[in-house]
Amino acid sequence: MKVLMKGNIALSEAAIQAGCTAFFGYPITPQNEIPEYMSAKMEPAGGVFIQAESEVGAINMVYGAAAAGARTMTTSSSPGMALKQEGISYLCGANLPCVIVNVARCGPGLGGILPGQSDYFQATRGGGNGDYYTPVYAPSTVQECWDLVFHSFDIADKYRTPVMILLDGMLGQMMEPVETKVHPRLNVDKPWATNGNAASRPRNAITSLSLFGEVLEAMNLERFKVYEEIAKKEVMVENTVKDGDTVAIVAYGAPSRIVVNAIDELKEEGINAGLIRPITLWPYPGDIFLNLPSSVNHILVAELSMGQMVEDVRLAVNGKYPVHFYGRTGGVVFEPIEIANKVREILGKPTKEIESKIESKTATQDENLRGGI
Amino acid sequence: MANIVYEKSRGLTDTPFTYCPGCSHGTIHKLIAESLVELDVLDKSIAIAPVGCSVLAYEFFNCDAIQAAHGRAPAVATGIKRVEPDKIVFTYQGDGDLASIGTAEIIHAAHRGENFTVIFVNNGIYGMTGGQMAPTTLINQKTSTSPYGRQESTTGKPLLVSEMMAQIPSATYIERVSVHDIRHITQAKKAIKKAFEYQIANKGFSMVEVIADCPVGWNMTPVDARKTIADAMIPYYPLGVYKDAGGEA
Amino acid sequence: MTSRMIFSGFGGQGVLVLGEIVATIAMNKGKKVTWMPSYGPEMRGGTANCSVIVSDKVIGSPIVQADIDILCAMNGASVDKFLPKVKPGGLVLVNSSIATKKIQRNDVDVVEIDATNIAGKVGSLRVANMVMLAGFLKKTDLFTLDDITDVLKQRFKGARSQDLIPLNIKAIEYGMEE
Repeated sequence: MKVLMKGNIALSEAAIQAGCTAFFGYPITPQNEIPEYMSAKMEPAGGVFIQAESEVGAINMVYGAAAAGARTMTTSSSPGMALKQEGISYLCGANLPCVIVNVARCGPGLGGILPGQSDYFQATRGGGNGDYYTPVYAPSTVQECWDLVFHSFDIADKYRTPVMILLDGMLGQMMEPVETKVHPRLNVDKPWATNGNAASRPRNAITSLSLFGEVLEAMNLERFKVYEEIAKKEVMVENTVKDGDTVAIVAYGAPSRIVVNAIDELKEEGINAGLIRPITLWPYPGDIFLNLPSSVNHILVAELSMGQMVEDVRLAVNGKYPVHFYGRTGGVVFEPIEIANKVREILGKPTKEIESKIESKTATQDENLRGGI
Repeated sequence: MANIVYEKSRGLTDTPFTYCPGCSHGTIHKLIAESLVELDVLDKSIAIAPVGCSVLAYEFFNCDAIQAAHGRAPAVATGIKRVEPDKIVFTYQGDGDLASIGTAEIIHAAHRGENFTVIFVNNGIYGMTGGQMAPTTLINQKTSTSPYGRQESTTGKPLLVSEMMAQIPSATYIERVSVHDIRHITQAKKAIKKAFEYQIANKGFSMVEVIADCPVGWNMTPVDARKTIADAMIPYYPLGVYKDAGGEA
Repeated sequence: MTSRMIFSGFGGQGVLVLGEIVATIAMNKGKKVTWMPSYGPEMRGGTANCSVIVSDKVIGSPIVQADIDILCAMNGASVDKFLPKVKPGGLVLVNSSIATKKIQRNDVDVVEIDATNIAGKVGSLRVANMVMLAGFLKKTDLFTLDDITDVLKQRFKGARSQDLIPLNIKAIEYGMEE
């Protein structure tokens, strides 16, 4: 049976169904439905809910619960994610599995609560100190929010790594029907857990510290072997580019849905374009750009940012195609016609007039806020 | 057969301590280890090491152990204790860790009444990083970041952590002890053991502040350092029970 | 077939719930649906609105900013804001108890519903949003009164809240009679 639910609620309930027994959060818009939901549902489900003193507190509680072997999660939004970076670096350094959700807003600083995708660098480059990555999943539908939570917990346990789910406030707040299927759980032993069971095994110690260069280097090399394996096996991407398409448009998360509308609009006038939608932002599905149909001669990247993922596309494309960019920031969400116009412009065709927006203020900000190269 | 007159506690590993000669950490480690063994909870204990001189404490306590980010040990302990409520969890933190960068975490762990034990080692200085001023550095005390002596006018008065923590409604047991001589070490042991007994009895948050020395950071001999605890530290940091809402353990 | 709708009104008039009910009915009938609230600062007091899209095919953007098929406006500000964005031939449902200005467009189908007053008559101002559903029943074939009842049964599961169902239905029926 399908249930109409918000992205934030799908993330919450899926986590409980996936066996998350410890949730630590802190209020910040637009993810508040998650800690609210968890505060009501975790205890009855036999789990732990704490509204921490800060995002720093929350991520360190995750560190503790993960170390004790629990499936654990924290959620936040952009400025709160900035505070969590210390903890994420430690989690990676100590090889501890957990799921971290960023229902992103726009920045920098306090920014605004409207949707944004300008945390891409923070998410995919490792926002804390040191050499590390976290797998990053970017759902574009509420159903995908649900499904990717199960997957994320499995990936976290399998590779002993924090996993991030990155979405924007639009997807967190919107409702769609969800098939609330409980996916089978990957059960992974955690013999390393510091859970106070030293009576039945040698004592365990968890740390990210080593004062000896060679030892720490070896730990990092070991971790990067795991990253290599993740990069080899865990890439996820949706690709609708087919023979005859002249433009491949790259977008992720909820904004990719707007690109779908733009592609439909273009089709009506005989312009063929396809969508490449990375579902994993790290590892990045770069290989997809090596095998595009020969009809493609332009790549357009569309983001709710000044241009962040576009750098990964350029790296992947490596000069093979011209890479164009269209972005809006500050919480302004592009409309399909804006993307369609960018494609028309790239192809040297006349653009269509964009009717003034409902919010006239937004329209006057266009020129200042529009990213592009 | 030789008589065994003294034995290293089974609560400690065989890893040699990395502490400086005369440092109090070794003594405090021993008191914790003995308490856990005597209470028969060592095998179900989880230690949380801080950032500071005792960062390697996870190598020394002979139980499960985890190293936390600077100041965050109480949050880490919260995460562990909540998912393993039947286990014995303690943090071991210095004054930079607990009284400076980690004030939010320690206060809110107490505020929630978390049922774990905090051993707070106050030696009035950042030892590991080279002897910088701590919130607990005494007035006029010279450190590498208060080279002319700590001035009240710009850095305030030393923070009285036990007094502060005792004000938190959900804190159960707060005591300040010292380890500068045998009599005080005996009292410190009692306090530490009591804190663990309270945890075992699910009585909530307990913290024992241990006044300690740092001969190297204080730039004096171990003997003088011990004397300085008695002459300078304890007059400002009075020993005693600041809060005991647990009744008899 | 795709219907792009806006539900808009004062915060507290229940427009978000109304949109959710319509989306749920459509979902139950096997349609693809999206519901997207405006979640900016305006949600604290002030105006509230949500976009609902009902379609037979996969829905791209969940945001309805233009090309509105159905506007359900519970106050005057909502009419001012969204009327220009309604497609020619579109449907405009207006809560005429509060939005009293004459609709200044001849190319849309306008249904005035005295929703707030009717809700007062049946005993609770809180069901004014439900009265607006009468406009859907009169002018569209998206759903029937039985479909609404089914969703209300899902929403009001507890024994005490079951009593609210007849009140809601009565409110809609009054709206139909207008």
